[in-house]
Amino acid sequence: MRHSAWTSPFPGGKSESTELPQSLNRSQTDKRDFVAEISCTPAIFSAKEREAGARRVSLLSLSPRGLLCRGSQEMDETVAEFFRRTILKIPITEMMTVLKAWDFLSENHLQTVNFRQRKESLVQDLVLLCEEKRASLNDAALLDIIYTQFHRHQKVWDVFQMSRRPGEDIDLFDMEQFKSSFKKILQRALKNVTVSFRDTEENAVWIRIAWGTQYRKPNQYKPVYVVYYSQTPYAFVASSLLKSNLPLLGQALTVASKHHQIVKMDLRSRYLDSLKAIVFKQYNQNFETHNSTTPLQERSLGLDINMDSRIIHENRVEKERIQRVTQEIFGDYPQPRLEFAQYKLETKFKSDLNRGILAEREEPLRCLVKFSSPHLLEALKSLAPAGIADAPLSPLLTCIPNKGMNYFKIRDK
Amino acid sequence: MSVLRPLDKLPGLNTATILLVGTDDVLLQQLAGSMLKEDCASELKVHLAKSLPLPSNVNRPRIDLIVFVVNLHSQHSLRNVEESLHHVDASFFLGKVSFLATGAGQESHCSVHRNTVVKLAHTYRSPLLFCDLEVEGFRTTMAQRLVRMLQICAGHVPGVSALNLLSLLRSTENPSLEDL
Repeated sequence: MRHSAWTSPFPGGKSESTELPQSLNRSQTDKRDFVAEISCTPAIFSAKEREAGARRVSLLSLSPRGLLCRGSQEMDETVAEFFRRTILKIPITEMMTVLKAWDFLSENHLQTVNFRQRKESLVQDLVLLCEEKRASLNDAALLDIIYTQFHRHQKVWDVFQMSRRPGEDIDLFDMEQFKSSFKKILQRALKNVTVSFRDTEENAVWIRIAWGTQYRKPNQYKPVYVVYYSQTPYAFVASSLLKSNLPLLGQALTVASKHHQIVKMDLRSRYLDSLKAIVFKQYNQNFETHNSTTPLQERSLGLDINMDSRIIHENRVEKERIQRVTQEIFGDYPQPRLEFAQYKLETKFKSDLNRGILAEREEPLRCLVKFSSPHLLEALKSLAPAGIADAPLSPLLTCIPNKGMNYFKIRDK
Repeated sequence: MSVLRPLDKLPGLNTATILLVGTDDVLLQQLAGSMLKEDCASELKVHLAKSLPLPSNVNRPRIDLIVFVVNLHSQHSLRNVEESLHHVDASFFLGKVSFLATGAGQESHCSVHRNTVVKLAHTYRSPLLFCDLEVEGFRTTMAQRLVRMLQICAGHVPGVSALNLLSLLRSTENPSLEDL
């Protein structure tokens, strides 16, 4: 819709008969059009509104593309800025891959851009290209999803589990219905929210939600990502700070996927694939490797095949036992990757010594033990063979992948 | 026999055997490797053990030198060494036992105080060596020293005995510790 011609909307209070432009409501028009929200009758303009209106009008004339294509549809400043910041995040080495995955700019378009220039200029060129092709906020959100998919380890993922009422019928899952239902629920509760979807393999969908409030536009720079595996009751959520909207998110997920209840599991990590492996019990798959032909004994002692025969291990039997126990507990496969295990102790103090001060306390001693590591489970696996701990390890440590928890609360029985 | 005695076996021809005792298996193996790389007129054998007593059903040569390796990062390794010391006969401590403390370079990771090991070595009247076994250069130097000590303890160096070496190595610093 084009702006209809109007005379100055600020006629200084006189009741001239001006043509009233149709009040252009953003939601009624195609999202891609740039629309000025100036619906006005002269008399009701206050000074403040006049000022705001003046600012908006000046924005129109000053925006770069406005000079070139007068009056045509153009990208909103905020959307352009969002594009700029999103593209700027992408490392140059990944730029082509990400843009190809996005599939919004075709090969021909990409060829017109010089990828060897400085990053700022490259980003500027790409943003202009997006403006020319009239990319919308949705396209920008999609690009953001793709960037996050490539860099999923930059966020910390929580795991949520949904459940149905016992005996409830499970209908066939319809992805489109899920998406529209999810979006409707959020939009009904919060007018200002941007929801975008991207389907991936294994019947999974990545959902990006930018939250706003009743009075404020969605904040595109603090979105929440949800990865939902439709054939399972599990969803993985990465939120950046805004915890207040999580109940609403949970509700939307539950209702849209036809479940009854949602519960947050005590499992958290940066490595989405590892969380998946733990939750779907896919981590204990034994793969055939080249080394499987070396005899167990030599492998277990961690020795080179050309080991010096002048070195004799006295505790060979014990070492083999440790290797065997470790292998029984942890298996041969690569462990899923976690960074933390946290144990909150609320137990009474137990002491072998005679009646110290702490032993007489009735209240539980509160204590927090946190294990952190770049790869926690591999580190635990190597504790006994390295001689730092006795084998078998405490079941509190070894139960982590089995129970699917890495945050524990321990109380006296 | 659960107690190691120095002279309960006959020596092998031109053979010198060292026993490294410590919980850090990787470090012990690396040290053993470095020692075996040294040029040495005698035939060297290195035995690695996590703790004493050693399994008794094995046929092993006479042990000429025992080195107890304590990792200053781990209380567990200190306790392990303290318990293993009970299984060594007193006559071993006439120059055929030495202590090696590793990990002193990373001060922030040390949970065993330097003085604890110094006191331990003093109690058993044996020399204490410090070496960061993780650093290759230090490890090579230490390996050279240990090979030399081993040759003396095995009696392969004419004119010097293990007891001579012990009195040479006895430190005259810290006279206050002598009072213990």
